[in-house]
Amino acid sequence: MATRAVISLPATPKAGEAFEVRATVAHAMETGYRSSDEGARLPRDLVRRFECRLDGELVFAADIFAAISANPYVSFWMRASQSGELRFSWRGDNGFEHFETRTISVT
Amino acid sequence: MRALLLLLVALAARAAEPDLRRSGRDTMSSALRTLQADDAQHPAQLALALGRELWGQGGKSCASCHGEPEKLRGAATRYPAWLNGEGGGIVDLPGRIQRCRVRHQQQPAWAPEAEPLLALTALVAQQSRGLPLAPPRSPELDAAARQGQQLYTTRLGALNLSCAQCHDERAGLRLGGSLIPQGHVDDYPVYRLEWQSLGSLQRRLRGCLSGVRAQVPAWDSAELLAFEAYLARRSAGMPMQPPGVRP
Repeated sequence: MATRAVISLPATPKAGEAFEVRATVAHAMETGYRSSDEGARLPRDLVRRFECRLDGELVFAADIFAAISANPYVSFWMRASQSGELRFSWRGDNGFEHFETRTISVT
Repeated sequence: MRALLLLLVALAARAAEPDLRRSGRDTMSSALRTLQADDAQHPAQLALALGRELWGQGGKSCASCHGEPEKLRGAATRYPAWLNGEGGGIVDLPGRIQRCRVRHQQQPAWAPEAEPLLALTALVAQQSRGLPLAPPRSPELDAAARQGQQLYTTRLGALNLSCAQCHDERAGLRLGGSLIPQGHVDDYPVYRLEWQSLGSLQRRLRGCLSGVRAQVPAWDSAELLAFEAYLARRSAGMPMQPPGVRP
């Protein structure tokens, strides 16, 4: 099943005005500290880093650790002076990678 | 004439009677209410996205018969339902989706509470937001609702508690730190923070039954469906806002 992410942000934010971006990605966030019913250690499988870039420029980044629950949800505020493409990336253990892009047109 | 007058008076009195039923979503903390009301924060968004993905998937998809999910507005208000064809029996909304999957898509049924099943259930239920619950009637459903009402008022389990003792007689009071809700079924499936996932009404009922140390009925058993039939009537007319968020 394809990795899913849900991102919400205003379609047409005002230039220079702060707006909220919320992003969540479907991920089990297995801590590596738990055991299966058979007693075997469940290997760690985490999203390690989330980044959001506007036309290549880093807007927001977060290092994510085991204490973050499944489907990590990040919300932050940003400002844009011109229209562009927001690129969201999640990277993690076992080569996990997920990308999403959203265009914002500043009014 | 006199009888008619009495009837009218009785009807007027009934109409004036305030509805004391309160949805669980109205008695939650304001933070949780916001979580449910704001689609951008709703924890079931990922499940709804999965539901939409599944809706159009496969050779014979949900979409090839039903069109857009929005077309099913109002469908979720009419469960549990009695099916005449398709082997008959009472089904709730997840059960209806399972029957569709087996009969029309010729796929094996999902396990109870499987992620895709809950996702599709949530997607279909979401389309009926704001509509009042309108459980259908039929002799079979009437019988099930009667059985459900009996179960609801019967003391069960090692704790010897009936549903009614908490959810009718003590609703609004606290059990430990938690508010006892009236137990309405207007928001199912719900995303329960305790579960960290969506869950069906059957999961909720099984949780309650195991909580009073009663024997937990099997998934889709006659007892659970009877509970659901009664509870739907108990909440009839209340507007739905699925998928719900609950603590």
